Amino acid sequence: MRTLVIAEHAAGQLTAGTRSAITAAMEIGAETDLLVVGGADASAVAEQAALTQWVHRILLAQGAAFEKTLAENVQPLITALVAEGYTHVLVDANSMGRNVLPRVAASLDVGMLSDVIKVVSADTFQRPIYAGNAIATVQSLDPVKLLTIRASAFGQASSHQERCDVVVIDSGYSATNVRFVSEHLTVSERPELSSARVVVSGGRGMQNKGNFALIEGVADKLGGAVGASRAAVDSGFAPNDLQVGQTGKIVAPDLYIAVGISGAIQHLAGMSGSKVIVAINHDAEAPIAQVADYMLVADLFEALPALEKAL
Amino acid sequence: MKVLVAVKRAIDPNVKVRVKADGSDVDLNGVKMALNPFCEIAVEEAIRLKERGVASEVVVVSVGNSAAQEQLRTALALGADRALLVETNAVLEPLNVAKYLSKVIDSEKPQLILFGKQAIDQENNQTGQMVAQLIGSGQATFASAISYADDQWVVEREVDCGSQIVALSVPAVVTCDLRLNEPRYASLPNIMKAKKKPLEVIAADELGASVKNHARLVGVAPPPVRKVGIKVGSVSELVDKLKNVSGVI
Repeated sequence: MRTLVIAEHAAGQLTAGTRSAITAAMEIGAETDLLVVGGADASAVAEQAALTQWVHRILLAQGAAFEKTLAENVQPLITALVAEGYTHVLVDANSMGRNVLPRVAASLDVGMLSDVIKVVSADTFQRPIYAGNAIATVQSLDPVKLLTIRASAFGQASSHQERCDVVVIDSGYSATNVRFVSEHLTVSERPELSSARVVVSGGRGMQNKGNFALIEGVADKLGGAVGASRAAVDSGFAPNDLQVGQTGKIVAPDLYIAVGISGAIQHLAGMSGSKVIVAINHDAEAPIAQVADYMLVADLFEALPALEKAL
Repeated sequence: MKVLVAVKRAIDPNVKVRVKADGSDVDLNGVKMALNPFCEIAVEEAIRLKERGVASEVVVVSVGNSAAQEQLRTALALGADRALLVETNAVLEPLNVAKYLSKVIDSEKPQLILFGKQAIDQENNQTGQMVAQLIGSGQATFASAISYADDQWVVEREVDCGSQIVALSVPAVVTCDLRLNEPRYASLPNIMKAKKKPLEVIAADELGASVKNHARLVGVAPPPVRKVGIKVGSVSELVDKLKNVSGVI
C-alpha cells in the first residue's frame, strides 16, 4: 500500500485541511507521499511541507499551468502518478479537492468516497449522509481508493520531522477546454473559518449587513473566525465563503457561537461537531436549542455588545 | 443551443431522515421525495437561458427507478421541453450514473450540461465532474453565474476563499450552487401542460455502459447525540460557564 495526499496551499503555507488529510493518511497506515502542485511559490511550499510529520516524500509539480489548480490540468498529473503504484489518494474535501478528485476517479474507472470522517480500515471508511443525520460505513471495492477528507474530523499533522526528500516530477499540462479568467479572493485578518478554534456566526436575526459588525466585534475579542447561515448569505449580510452548513464550510471549533440562527438541519450539518455550542436567540424554541450547550434567550442587539465587553 | 440538465429524485429537504432499526440503511419508506434542490436550480438556470434566447431546447434527464418520472414531470412543469429517464433499480453510484449520462450525451449532443453541485441525500458532489472527464470537456463546479460569449461558456464559481471565473469551450459541464438563481414555482396550467410533454424511458441496460459496484454499504448509524444543554440567564452567566465550566475561553 502507498498513499498520495494532494496538498493545498495558500499564502505559501500548507492549509490546515491538508494537514488533516495527512493525519487521515497516517491512520490508513501506508507510506505517504505529499503532492505539492502550484505555480511560482510551490517550491517554497514544498520545502516547508518537507518538515511535516508522517510524510515520506514530497512530489513537486510546479508550472504556470498548475497555478490555479484547474481540475482539467491537475487530473492528468494525478492519474499518471496513481499508475506508479499508489493505492490511496487523499485530499481535503474543500472546493479544490471536490473539483479535481472525481475527474481522477472517472479517468481510473474507480469510485470515490466524499467527506470521509473516520478511517475504519484500509478499505472501509465512515462518511456523513443526509445532512449528517446518518453516518454511513462504506467499503471501497476498488483497487485504488480515492477519498476526500473532512478536515474537521481529523487532527492536523504538525511540522517537526527532519526534512524529507523533495522530488520534482512534472511541469504541467495545459488543457484547451478551459481557461482561467479571473478571481476575487476575500482577504481577511481573521483565522480561516474551517480551522478556527472559535467561530462566531450570524443568521437572519442580524437583520442587515451593518449589524454583522457586532458579530465581528465578538469574534475579534476571541481571536475567532466569522461565519454565517445560508439565510444571512442569501440576504447579502455576509459573503458566500463564510457560509457554514451542509453546502458551505464544515466547522468543528472548540467554541461555536450561533447568533440569530434558527438552526435548520442544513446549518446544523455544518457545525454540530463543535466542542461547545452557544446559541443566542430571541426564540427559546428555535431548533438550534437542541444542539446548544448554552442557550441565551435575549435580544441580540443588547447581548452582543454586552458579550464583547465582558470578554 | 441545446441544454441538458441532469436531475435526481431525492428526499424532500425539509424531512429529517431516520436510520432503520437494523442499521442497514436509512428508512425512506413513505418519506416525501422531491427534486433535489440543487438540481432544481440547474433546471431553473436552463429555463432562464432559454428565456434569454441563449438556449433553444431544454432536455432533462434522470437516472433512477420509475418513480423518478415524478421529478421529471416537475422539471417539465417548470419549463423543460422534454424528459428522459434512464431506468434502473440499482444503487445509484456516481460513476455508474455518469457513464449512463455520457451515453445520453453522446446521442443528444448538448452544448451545455447542467447539474446540481450535489444531491442532498448521498452528498457525493461527484457526478458532474465525472461526466466532464468521461466526455472530455471542461467543467465549472459551484457556479454562481453563467453566461455565453464568443463561443464560450463563462462561469463564475464559488470557491473556498472567494470566487473565480473560468471560460469553457463547448460542450461544457457546469454544476450549480445555491446562489445561481432562485427557482420559480410551477403554475397550475404549466403542471397540466407538463403531463403532455414527451417523457421517454430508456432501460439502463440498453445504453451499453460498463457499470459495476465500486462500494459496499456496510451499515448506517445515527450520528452521536449531543448531551442536553442548559439555558443561561445573562451574558455574564454565559461568560462564566465558558470560562469556568467548559474552559474554552
